[in-house]
Amino acid sequence: MGEIIANNKNTNLRTEEMVVQMGPQHPSTHGVLRLEVTLDGEIVTDVKPHIGYLHRCFEKQCEAMSNYQQVIPYLDRLDYIAAISMEWSYVLAVEKLLKIQLPERVEYIRVIMAELQRIASHIIAIGTYGLDMGAFTPFLFLMRDREMILDIFERTCGARLLYNYFWIGGLSHDVPLDFIDRTRQFCNKFKKTIVEVNNLLSYNEIFIKRTANVGVLPADVAINFATSGPVLRGSGVNWDLRRDDPYSIYDKFNWEVQVGKGERGILGDCWDRYMVRCREMEQSVKIIEQALNQIPEGDVKSAIPKRIRPNVGKMYVRTEAPRGELGIYLLSDGSTSPYRVKARSSCFVNLSVLPEISKGAMFADLVAIIGSIDIVLGEIDR
Amino acid sequence: MVGEEILNILKEKFGKVIVNWKVKGVYNPYARIKPENIREVAFFLRENSHLQFDYLMCLSGVDLGKGMLGVVYHLNSISKKHRFTLKVDVTRENPNVPSVEMVWKTANWHEREVYDLFGINFLDHPDLRRILLPDDWDGYPLRKDYQVQEYYNGIKVPY
Repeated sequence: MGEIIANNKNTNLRTEEMVVQMGPQHPSTHGVLRLEVTLDGEIVTDVKPHIGYLHRCFEKQCEAMSNYQQVIPYLDRLDYIAAISMEWSYVLAVEKLLKIQLPERVEYIRVIMAELQRIASHIIAIGTYGLDMGAFTPFLFLMRDREMILDIFERTCGARLLYNYFWIGGLSHDVPLDFIDRTRQFCNKFKKTIVEVNNLLSYNEIFIKRTANVGVLPADVAINFATSGPVLRGSGVNWDLRRDDPYSIYDKFNWEVQVGKGERGILGDCWDRYMVRCREMEQSVKIIEQALNQIPEGDVKSAIPKRIRPNVGKMYVRTEAPRGELGIYLLSDGSTSPYRVKARSSCFVNLSVLPEISKGAMFADLVAIIGSIDIVLGEIDR
Repeated sequence: MVGEEILNILKEKFGKVIVNWKVKGVYNPYARIKPENIREVAFFLRENSHLQFDYLMCLSGVDLGKGMLGVVYHLNSISKKHRFTLKVDVTRENPNVPSVEMVWKTANWHEREVYDLFGINFLDHPDLRRILLPDDWDGYPLRKDYQVQEYYNGIKVPY
């Protein structure tokens, strides 16, 4: 180094690019992700994500199962923060292959559970994003409310994180008697929390300074990279599978798709992506409240088939998980176990856009960009 | 637009390239095309003003058995709100498919994953490396006849 400076005699100082390994053990990567960052001073010139540290051969294991039902616990472990949404895609795919008609009550409970799960997942996304940006209090407020959702789940199916709750053709348990009251209670409390979080974090000047105009993802790039969920909507693309490729009974409810508008900076920046999540939680509460009012009586296990053996066929089904489009491509060869299960993971695709949007950003902003994509490594590495 | 109309537009332009198809009575209508033509078909599907397939949902590899491997492209159009599926089949001896990374950037990682787990080569791919498994791993695990290696860097693999 000294030699280089001595040779240049202060006139045309030569600078060198430096490669920094960020991760795999790094608090801001939200798991075991390694980024090979090339830096020119403080400016990021290239990012190469290295994934696979959490690879558990999900797709190979599915082929080794002896029946279709056994796959569901493995799906929980894809995106372990939003396990219910993971189960739904797969269950839907098998039901479509078997042509099962579900009882009304099952559909309603599924929607309520999935929306509760969406809120729980966005709470983690928003809370930890605040932590990354140095705001500790909103995280605690949000986690306190997430506890209420987990209690509801625990009372329903006995598990707090990995549920195995959606079964092919039904549910593992009916909801407990006080479910509706407790969920209403949660909704009323959570509406106040959202206001609180908006005051504390969303419109906080320091937070806006850190996130607005950072990591801008234009809409055409977002579509070309096939990003989905809040990342796509944050760029102003009005696309939500719950409305645009409706499954289950989402068409019965009155709610709005939230898109980024570039309020505090350029359209598609980190703040927009963050804010889409905040506003989606309000919409989820809206859906849950409507569903709670309409939920019919019935037996949640009546449509569960005794023997699951679909005909030879293929099925690609996608649902709107909290982090985006989760697609399950299922091949059946007519036997009792799946021939091939492919999970199109939303985080995997969303992360692939990271090198594109972080070029030219400051190194400290890289943390803000990763946080705004909201990745879960369990789903990326499968 | 439904699957049949999409197929008709495709047939008009690429009649000789399409091997077989199924568009009626299926949830995911598809057309199977010759692997060497996949990129031009992909470009056409993206650029045609009636089709506008701007969004590649999923790209998956499949082991079809009998010495064949397949790649499946699930396409979606955000502006037109319709879907279509393309399929190509290749043999195990010659598993080469032109990359569609220049049509849809998202294919970059998907193709790396298929290469990693099935050993299908994507021609002209800018960065074809293993993505989930270590670089020095042997074999392609999602092939049905895959045998796990005995030792990996001195660590016993099957336990």
